[in-house]
Amino acid sequence: MSLPGLPLLLQSIVSGILMGGVYSLIAVGLTLIFGVMKIINFAHGSFMMLGMFTTYWVYVLLGIDPYLSLLLSIPSLFVLGLLTQRFLISHVLDAPAHNQLLLTLGISLFIENFALFLWTPNFRNLQVAYLTKATTVGSVMISLPKVFAFLFAIILTAFLYYFLKRTDLGKAIRAASEEKEGALTVGINMKRVYYLAFGIGTACVGAAGTLTAPFFYVNPHVGGIFVITAFVVVVLGGMGNFIGALVGGLIVGLAESVGAAFVPGQVKQFIIYFLFILILLFKPEGLFGRTRG
Amino acid sequence: MVGAIFLILPHFIGGYFIYVITMIFFYGYLGIAWNILGGYAGQFSFGHAAFFGVGAYTSTLLQIHAGVNPWIGMFLAGLAGLALGLLIGSLCFRYGLRGPYFALAMLALAEMLRLLAVEWMTLRYPLGISIPLKGDSFLDFQFKSKIPYYYICLFMMAAVIILNYFIERRKIGSYFKAIRENEDAAEALGINSFRYKLLAMGISSSLMAIGGTFYAQYYLIVEEESVFGTGISIAVLLGPIIGGAGTVLGPVLGGGILEILSEMTRNLLGAYSGVHLMIYGAILIFVIIFLPHGILGGLQTVFRKITKGG
Repeated sequence: MSLPGLPLLLQSIVSGILMGGVYSLIAVGLTLIFGVMKIINFAHGSFMMLGMFTTYWVYVLLGIDPYLSLLLSIPSLFVLGLLTQRFLISHVLDAPAHNQLLLTLGISLFIENFALFLWTPNFRNLQVAYLTKATTVGSVMISLPKVFAFLFAIILTAFLYYFLKRTDLGKAIRAASEEKEGALTVGINMKRVYYLAFGIGTACVGAAGTLTAPFFYVNPHVGGIFVITAFVVVVLGGMGNFIGALVGGLIVGLAESVGAAFVPGQVKQFIIYFLFILILLFKPEGLFGRTRG
Repeated sequence: MVGAIFLILPHFIGGYFIYVITMIFFYGYLGIAWNILGGYAGQFSFGHAAFFGVGAYTSTLLQIHAGVNPWIGMFLAGLAGLALGLLIGSLCFRYGLRGPYFALAMLALAEMLRLLAVEWMTLRYPLGISIPLKGDSFLDFQFKSKIPYYYICLFMMAAVIILNYFIERRKIGSYFKAIRENEDAAEALGINSFRYKLLAMGISSSLMAIGGTFYAQYYLIVEEESVFGTGISIAVLLGPIIGGAGTVLGPVLGGGILEILSEMTRNLLGAYSGVHLMIYGAILIFVIIFLPHGILGGLQTVFRKITKGG
């Protein structure tokens, strides 16, 4: 272990925050689904992978700008989430938690290996000319796609936050998440809330996929890397806690990036898992508590 | 009767089928090991690869660096699995990790061990650890023919089936099930749920580790992704879930079906590596929605309905 110099530290703080924004968006989707339906969605990463491939293909085949493809990946993943909820998840809403987990595991096995069948395990890269440039601020190099990813992620999260806070539908979702019986009593249509929650959660991670594609590789198993990080974020922020997921994403992004400056790659990931187990054991409500137990 | 058929079977079938049936025994064995904790005591682990990998590495490293005989290594692997199982189990159960939280903690544990293995092993053994060839001897746990592996695996599976029947018939089996159905109620009845969950964990983890040693001796190579990877964790729970969790033969039935399916797709669509996993996913979805207690559980329900209705 060697102590990194100040420039390297600054560099990793900046990269960490940028990456953290994407983690937040992924985790917000996961925590929304958990908050409303109490389901830990193992297929979350697979949906992210589909978002990445959507962006990849519309760029490669049609030449559509990656960020413009948000307009395609968000609605298509939203619909896919709706359908998943309608035809699969709805059957296990009252089943034991482990069966819910296993169902989402089955969904993820199916989607990922279907993608493997269609698109081979090859690692693909989205090569967009204007995105390969990096800007330098002082001694810190900032990669453009990461800045875009961060900005879009924050905008989308803020938009979602506004939707949940201010609109009737959003309030219904929050009510269902915080007090299911109460929400039923005041006549909230639970089915519709479930559709929406799963659809929105999936759309979030689809968008995160689109935003990640320009600076990461794309392959059928890529979601697994992000989904475990997202679990860590969600548990850190408190399961079902929206703000917790947002802040948790930034914390994990920072910890990962700054950690990498001190310790070699594998060890940093090791530390994140270790923290994850510690939080599960000693602070299961997360650092910020949860909206509902 | 069935046992006798399996005893003489290798003399009548070709090498490929011996391999397939050995794998069915092997995944049956691992499925039963998982099932004792997951199916009987109701503690779903998504990270049983942790114990499997510890077993594979324990016997292999001891054999290479200290010349320890692999059979003794297998025993020591079981002890290592037991120690790890008791350690993580006492932490998780002491702090009340239940359901999906326990599943995720186990997943994280397996991933941590995989990363450690990558960190420590890849530099020294970039292609995985090869066990030096010693020829054809029972004492060295190495055979030129695949038939001895078949018998060893048959023996291992038969042993855990008997152990499982034993658990099922004794109080301990009822305690496991009581904890699975309602832990608080079991506690109220005076069952020390911590102790019995830990017991289930210990049995399960040491059996998994012993399986890890068998795997190492069968392929004579240990590589972190194949022994610590999520693939193993998922493979060992699919059999019991599909066949029937909390039944003795469910894991063997489920594991057997999956193994045969995977071989068939591999033969038909060899070039497409993911197809069998895609089918696994579809079967898992189907079973969870329509047969939440697995095939044997579903059959039991049908059987009960018929006997009651008639």
